[in-house]
Amino acid sequence: MITIRYFASLREQLGKAREEIEPAAGMTALDAWKSANAGSVPPDNVLVAINQSYASLDSPVDSGDEVAFFPPVTGG
Amino acid sequence: MNNVIIQQAPYDPWRLLAEFQRQRFGDSAEYGATAVFTGTMRDFNEGDPVRAMTLEHYPGMTETQLQRLIDTAKNRWDVIDCLVVHRVGDIQPAETIVVTAAWSAHRNAAFEACRFLIEELKHNAPFWKKERLADGRQRWVERNTAG
Repeated sequence: MITIRYFASLREQLGKAREEIEPAAGMTALDAWKSANAGSVPPDNVLVAINQSYASLDSPVDSGDEVAFFPPVTGG
Repeated sequence: MNNVIIQQAPYDPWRLLAEFQRQRFGDSAEYGATAVFTGTMRDFNEGDPVRAMTLEHYPGMTETQLQRLIDTAKNRWDVIDCLVVHRVGDIQPAETIVVTAAWSAHRNAAFEACRFLIEELKHNAPFWKKERLADGRQRWVERNTAG
């Protein structure tokens, strides 16, 4: 399984913080988003992390990975 | 003491810095320069009065990112050590949100590293602010100020 996590405004808009999806051959982070969100595309400014390191929408994902989607960061 | 501290509880940045410095350096005089940035919660943002704020983070990734920034700073400048502290959870105006600090033999490395840490933190560390305004509205902060 692939774990998907959402943070901040994205979590609130989607109404979910975490879910799991079945991996598929050649899956990217974008594919994982689409699989979990009825084929929709993420917001233009979305940031992606795979296993808690920054990645991009076309980065490959595999079983056991944690893929996170979140808006631009605003700490400090 | 850890170089990266993420905590819910309010803290006095000056006490914390003194404690870190005492534990880290003791009586050693290997550093000649200490540069410190503290970020405090304002009671206004984008023209609106703000009553409170909630800071969300990505447990695990946030700590890893901050440690990477410190490692990068240590590689790039001749700094002896660095400290990054950041609040999460509910925050009130006038409370300290963030501290970045760098210790070095001479001032340039400390200034540069301290500035690097806060700028990179703002751009790369997974934290998100949600403001509670005086009129009761809540809103996510969508971008950082330019500087």
